[in-house]
Amino acid sequence: MAGIPHDHYEPKSGGEKWLHKRLPIVGLLYDAMFIPTPKNLNWMWIWGIVLVFTLILQIATGVALVMHYTPHVDMAFASVEHIMRDVNGGHMIRYFHANGASLFFVAVYLHIFRSLFYGSYKAPREVTWIIGMLMYLLMMGTAFMGYVLPWGQMSFHGTAVITGLFGAIPFIGESIQTWLLGASAVGQPALNRFFSLHYLMPFILLGLTIVHIWAFHTTGNNNPTGVEVRRTSKEDAEKDTLPFWPYFVIKDLFALAVILAVFMAIVGFMPNYLGHPDNYVPANPLVTPSHIVPEWYFLPFYAILRAFTADVWAVQLVNWVSFGIIDAKFFGVLAMFGAIAVMALAPWLDTSSVRSGRFRPTFKWWFSLLCVDFVVLAWVGAQPAEFPYDWISLIAAAYWFAYFLIILPLLGVMEKPLAIPATIEEDFNAHYAPTGGTTTIVNPAE
Amino acid sequence: MSHADEHQGTRRDFLYYATAGAAVVVSGAAVWPLVNQMNPSADVQALASIRVDISGVTEGTQLTVLWQGKPVFIRYRTDEEVAAAQAVDVSSLPDQSAENANLAAGAEATDANRALATSTGSDEEGGENWLVMMGVCTHLGCVPLGEQGDFGGWFCPCHGSHYDTAGRIRKGPAPRNLPVPVASFLDATTIQLG
Repeated sequence: MAGIPHDHYEPKSGGEKWLHKRLPIVGLLYDAMFIPTPKNLNWMWIWGIVLVFTLILQIATGVALVMHYTPHVDMAFASVEHIMRDVNGGHMIRYFHANGASLFFVAVYLHIFRSLFYGSYKAPREVTWIIGMLMYLLMMGTAFMGYVLPWGQMSFHGTAVITGLFGAIPFIGESIQTWLLGASAVGQPALNRFFSLHYLMPFILLGLTIVHIWAFHTTGNNNPTGVEVRRTSKEDAEKDTLPFWPYFVIKDLFALAVILAVFMAIVGFMPNYLGHPDNYVPANPLVTPSHIVPEWYFLPFYAILRAFTADVWAVQLVNWVSFGIIDAKFFGVLAMFGAIAVMALAPWLDTSSVRSGRFRPTFKWWFSLLCVDFVVLAWVGAQPAEFPYDWISLIAAAYWFAYFLIILPLLGVMEKPLAIPATIEEDFNAHYAPTGGTTTIVNPAE
Repeated sequence: MSHADEHQGTRRDFLYYATAGAAVVVSGAAVWPLVNQMNPSADVQALASIRVDISGVTEGTQLTVLWQGKPVFIRYRTDEEVAAAQAVDVSSLPDQSAENANLAAGAEATDANRALATSTGSDEEGGENWLVMMGVCTHLGCVPLGEQGDFGGWFCPCHGSHYDTAGRIRKGPAPRNLPVPVASFLDATTIQLG
């Protein structure tokens, strides 16, 4: 399966040979578990396992919650309270599920920014990157619809705002919005279908996870140096890699244990810290909560949505060029989805032949600024839409686009990268040279 | 190439295109019901018009009713509010259209074209004080709060849109005035919506 030369599964016993001829599933799992993995992976390469764990956690707790939940406008809120008060251990399962969404997004943002720094999106891993971006979009859709289900005030009015985004599309927007909601306003049809889709989408996510892993098992993992594993021979490859099992499994499980300790503390001691009190008020179509904000993980893109108001010259220019078809409202929607689209296009916008940010002295600064920008956007997205927050969000949103559309293409041409190690082994030995006295096995696979 | 081969090729091509064409039509026919089932169902569409008793609405108060799943503001405005709305120059408004379903599409956003009695030709006493409009912000659908904002009308807490005392957008991200639904006076104390 993998492009890196390595040992393959050989069925030994009669039973194994019998099964292997009919269904080579053991061989498939063997190759996946023993995949040669660059031995210099650092702690930023643990988020994939955290994400797989979180997806399984969300599916398991979600299936349990559905056994007690009723997707009806008159009963949804009460059934969630029933879960919280009456169902055995129900409050714990629900808190795991609700905070699991936050863990999911913490991990996915770190996973994405890891890839942005180490150039994991570059050739030949563009397909892995694109699948990842699709998974990120699906995650956001799933999280949004899940937030609607408790049918509290934030659920209801958040739905009105988010489906209103589609209503901003010129000409056909209103029909699309009505089609999505199944009525002219948020109500029973919307709740019912969001419940159906919220149950479906994690399984599509699971399928895409397998394709995502398949893709990077074919190209091989990227690593902190960005230097490819040698494929000239099995011996060379083994000098650059270690098998995934047991070396990386143990490392990933240790990281997972540390992360789960923090997660458990949040679930156990402050389960509502990341939520909004307004969502413990039953949905009321006649009153909008005074300060409506999305969950924290949507805030950066929510800030971009709000940044482009009608008094911004770029909005006025686009409005004039498009004969008024693209107004400020639609411009904001385009900017929000465009912010994710430019990120998905990073493999083709980044012109640098050097993969890892470790060897790109100027890039490091711009990338650090992008990380700060992301945090600023998240912060300003939770602030009221008035001075000075409107200006901050506009500048921060502009930098997000500038990073992908201007800085990445130009840096590849203008920057002088540092010397790159010839092999992963060379870089590894430079950092972890065997010290006198102890015998460190550099190539345990041999 | 012989004539027979050519003939065989075109015949095979034809079958190929016919099969592909049939497959497209069949999958379209199969998918459309699955798409269309998400559109509003018959019972949702049936709740088209309601009657509202407005006898309890006194000067300076507002009744909010739910119609087709959306809030409708029915306000008996004070004379000062009407005067303030009438004093506004229509050409200075972001949205100069009345957005009134009871009028033709191009009607100007004057106060008379926004108020219910004056725009429906009803001779209701104090008719110009009655304002009936959807309580749904034209930006992203939040419910604006009454007697708030820079113009003493409505203020949307979600993204900061300010509406004046005739429900016209004056400031903020919302693109249009709050729409006036199809409505009429049945008698002095009853308004029909829809």
